[in-house]
Amino acid sequence: MRKYSGFAVAREAMRGHKGWGQQWASPEPRKEYDVIIIGAGGHGLATAYYLAKEHGITNVAVLEKGWLGGGNTGRNTTIIRSNYLYDESAGLYDHAVKLWENLSQDLNYNVMYSARGVMMLAHNVHDVQVFKRHIHANRLNGVDNEWLTPEQAKEYCPPLNISASARSPVMGAALQRRGGTARHDAVAWGYARGASDRGVHIIQNCEVTGIRRSGNGQVTGVETSRGFIGAKKVGVVAAGNTSVVMQMADVRMPLESFPLQALVSEPVKPCFPCVVMSNTVHAYISQSDKGELVIGAGTDQYTSYSQTGGLHIIQHTLDAICEMFPIFTRMRMLRSWGGIVDVTPDRSPIIAKTPVSGLYVNCGWGTGGFKATPGSGHVFAHTIANDNPHPINAGYTMERFTTGRLIDEAAAAAVAH
Amino acid sequence: MLLIHCPYCEEKRPELEFRHAGEAHVARPADIANISDAEFAHYFFYRDNPKGVAYERWRHIHGCGRFFNAARDTISDKFLTTYKAGEPKPELVEAANENKAEAQKGNSAK
Repeated sequence: MRKYSGFAVAREAMRGHKGWGQQWASPEPRKEYDVIIIGAGGHGLATAYYLAKEHGITNVAVLEKGWLGGGNTGRNTTIIRSNYLYDESAGLYDHAVKLWENLSQDLNYNVMYSARGVMMLAHNVHDVQVFKRHIHANRLNGVDNEWLTPEQAKEYCPPLNISASARSPVMGAALQRRGGTARHDAVAWGYARGASDRGVHIIQNCEVTGIRRSGNGQVTGVETSRGFIGAKKVGVVAAGNTSVVMQMADVRMPLESFPLQALVSEPVKPCFPCVVMSNTVHAYISQSDKGELVIGAGTDQYTSYSQTGGLHIIQHTLDAICEMFPIFTRMRMLRSWGGIVDVTPDRSPIIAKTPVSGLYVNCGWGTGGFKATPGSGHVFAHTIANDNPHPINAGYTMERFTTGRLIDEAAAAAVAH
Repeated sequence: MLLIHCPYCEEKRPELEFRHAGEAHVARPADIANISDAEFAHYFFYRDNPKGVAYERWRHIHGCGRFFNAARDTISDKFLTTYKAGEPKPELVEAANENKAEAQKGNSAK
């Protein structure tokens, strides 16, 4: 693999940029692998990368029905934060933030992680109390999160309207300074390049159509659109399609798949310095390095696999954006799109072994999986390599819906997050 | 936005009048105090989440206020049919054909 550096850029500039080579290989599938990962999104590629890097398991294939990073990895609003209420969540999401901080160096690939701060607005007394509770819980877990008055929030994000006569007045905000954004495509590409360099096969346009098991129930491989491929272990990282893939192994999941939409505006000069989230009025906004406002909307109310949603959902979000940031009322929106998110009853993911021997699942990230990409891949690789969870994901089992030991971020946030 | 036929009001109304109410035909166990934790989990938390025809409940919350059931294709989001609560799952081959015919008339459910 060609190492990327300032020196390499200068050298290639002298040679007409002919020496860069491909970032990852597109090999023909082998007959059998030690591990097959289903789904080449950020989480799947990160899993393959850490399997190779941390556990020395390099006979790995990542199978993707479409193209690499073309699902929710390429469709999200790239928000990174770890200010969740429960201990298990703080452990998992902060593990990810710590990996984000050095990810560009680790991958030798600029993922453009920008710790510009994530500010969550409180619009009513309930919000104020909930956010303050989060701040205290976060501090006990060593996660940074601080309370801002409306004036301090305005200072941190000047476009914010803190007028007391606003329809949803700002009563304060919780700010996580280590939160921010990263370049979503670069995350998929960087992990793909790093994994491919260590011998992992990334096989695109290869749809899994069945999961084959032996007489005693052990996984032996997968049927695909390119024929049968053997595997000792299979990890399902299929986001919105997880229920469908797991059905191939006769496993029913505590999941429902919903459309989630996002949109971008025309590009403008830098005017928005951080990420602002408002759960109450349901709007998420930041500005990309290209200059577009990146805006996240809510989920549609019905289950779907259509990768599209209703316009009224976007309209509702833009109503809120215009109310909170009057400077944007005449911005034009360029594009909108939808992704399919798999949601668990408690809004926390499942990263675990399954009732089928040799089959593992990493799913249920719902509306907020991007932020966890490095941590998710890291602990899932550990789970597959050792056939046992990492201490960080030990609580993220499917059995929690039987025992009742939920990680109930749904109740903690009272909205999708 | 979906256009949804309410089987009680007997007309199509915009999705804004309705509230989605989850998977349909999930029967509450009659002896719920005595079932196992695993059985309760499957009743309460586990869902089919099908890619294709889904049976689901809707409530006409800003209309007649009543719950009813629908069969919808989750790939196209088109309704195959809606029917009153308590009625059995409909025969879908016919419903699918009707939906197709309607779509050809440029009158699709979505």
